[in-house]
Amino acid sequence: MSVSTVSTGVGTEAVTRSASTSPPTARGQNRAGWLLTAPFLVLYVLFLIGPVLIGVVISLFNTTTVQSGLGGWVGLSNYADVLSNPEFWSSMWHSVLFTLLTTPLLVLLPLLFAILASRMVRHQWFFRLAFFAPYVVPSSAVCLIFAFMYTPQTGLVSNAFGWVGLTAPDFFGTTSGAWLAVTLLTVWWTFGFNFILYTAAIQELSEEVYEAADIDGAGPWQQIRLITVPLLRPTMGLVLILQVLSSLKVFDQIYILLAGGPNYSTRPVIQYIFDTGFTAYRGGYAAAATMVYFVVLVLVSVGFVLVRRRTSGPTTA
Amino acid sequence: MATAVAPAVTKRTTHVRARQQSSGKLFNRLAGTCVVLFALIWLVPFAWTVITSLRTNDEIAAQPTKFWGSDWNLDAYASAWQSSPLGWWYVNSFIISTLSVIFAVVVCSMAAFALVHLDYRLRYVVLSLILAGLMIPTEALVLPQFMEFRALRLLGTYWAIILPGVALPVAVFVFHSFIKAIPMALVEAARVDGAGWWRIYRQIIMPLCRPAISAVAILTFITSWNAFLWPLLVLTQTKSQTIPVGLASLVGGAAIQYAQTMASAVLGILPLLAVFLLLQRQIAQGVANTGIK
Repeated sequence: MSVSTVSTGVGTEAVTRSASTSPPTARGQNRAGWLLTAPFLVLYVLFLIGPVLIGVVISLFNTTTVQSGLGGWVGLSNYADVLSNPEFWSSMWHSVLFTLLTTPLLVLLPLLFAILASRMVRHQWFFRLAFFAPYVVPSSAVCLIFAFMYTPQTGLVSNAFGWVGLTAPDFFGTTSGAWLAVTLLTVWWTFGFNFILYTAAIQELSEEVYEAADIDGAGPWQQIRLITVPLLRPTMGLVLILQVLSSLKVFDQIYILLAGGPNYSTRPVIQYIFDTGFTAYRGGYAAAATMVYFVVLVLVSVGFVLVRRRTSGPTTA
Repeated sequence: MATAVAPAVTKRTTHVRARQQSSGKLFNRLAGTCVVLFALIWLVPFAWTVITSLRTNDEIAAQPTKFWGSDWNLDAYASAWQSSPLGWWYVNSFIISTLSVIFAVVVCSMAAFALVHLDYRLRYVVLSLILAGLMIPTEALVLPQFMEFRALRLLGTYWAIILPGVALPVAVFVFHSFIKAIPMALVEAARVDGAGWWRIYRQIIMPLCRPAISAVAILTFITSWNAFLWPLLVLTQTKSQTIPVGLASLVGGAAIQYAQTMASAVLGILPLLAVFLLLQRQIAQGVANTGIK
């Protein structure tokens, strides 16, 4: 409880001003400020900054995950091991590949459909429901549903391939099939998030620009191409950043649906850290992998922020 | 990673753009058909899941894609409920998510209030520290986090899941921009009347922050309810697991126990879907305004 002793009920401007500059109030503000921020700061330092520092420390020791205690000092050798391990790099590549597969679809498709949906007067709730409902479904429920849909013979997706005269790929047995399975699932699952971001941005656009365009005789297609899309560029930038960062952190779908298979050919970095740290119990090594991955993610987000600041000025979308 | 975006969380954009100009009418109709079709496709997995859960395994195996079953029944739900501790998972998920929401809202709004209204020492250091926190990819740090919680002897407890999700930099920025928009005069008047800072926070700021509170609360609830990797590592007892972690253990069974597995999926989806249906507009608005991901 923080109470600062201030003016005792005299309601004039002059009193307030003189009171707020007097030393006891300043001290009271200081104390109240720290008391109100303290819970946040404590939890923030303990559980957000803490793991980063602990990760750095552990990565310098040959810690095992089975027993407590740091183990012996090994200097940078964990990093040398990580950086020279082809399994680490292939898992890195899988996370990047997943990002390359999903990002274009999840940046452009929601844009297209948000623009088309914005031309409807009614039924906005219906689109929100259809597209955004999957986003609130837990990853494992999504995987249960899609695992069933991908089942050979019985699955809906497998059958759908047959209806259009194609043979369904082996979604669980081949690498390309597995990537297709994960990509489809991810697009269905997270499409709505970006759709909502675009829809909100479209509603913010000024009506007058379109009225002017109407008067000038611009058709709907021209309006979309020459007005809507250019005006949405800042939002596209935001969606791109969020999408790349979240795609690089992929774990749930690939782990639950495929367990990183077949034969580790889709295993993302987080699962690699998970496997080395919690299955092989090489804590120090996994911490070094964590830190390398961490630095990559931070560099990507800092890079994005810098590029964005340079191109769009101080205003954010 | 997330970005705090629009300052006014409440802002209502009521107009929906639809220019019914003669040349555009045909185009709009085409566009409409396109999106509606696409949206219907999006609903297929849901429909498929529900329908499968109502059919019998024999019938599914015989005619997998026939949508209309002859004898729909709820047997699969009964057996899904009996074969896995779904009830426990609900309880765990519910307790964890609710506590996470309460703590996150209180802790983050207090910090944001102090950052806006209180001129305390090192305030700008705190602000930039929190800003930097937006860039920390917490999902990548599960291993050191695990070591930390083992050292604290909190593994296997609710606290291990709740504590890391309370200090959310994004939530602070949502509250920060919202509180900033509240007229300064209100706070000053209360100060003049002798109200302490705690009282100002509780009785003036928080009631006015309702939209920000609901945005943060809803999104924290969804994120915490759906969290997978961290609860998977921390909660190892079957009965202490959350819905997402528990459901993940059923994925292998999808190949034989079709109806039962789909019934479990439906049961796993239901609570949040209900929340979503009730609060559709607020959730969409919250996402649009905060970009939490």
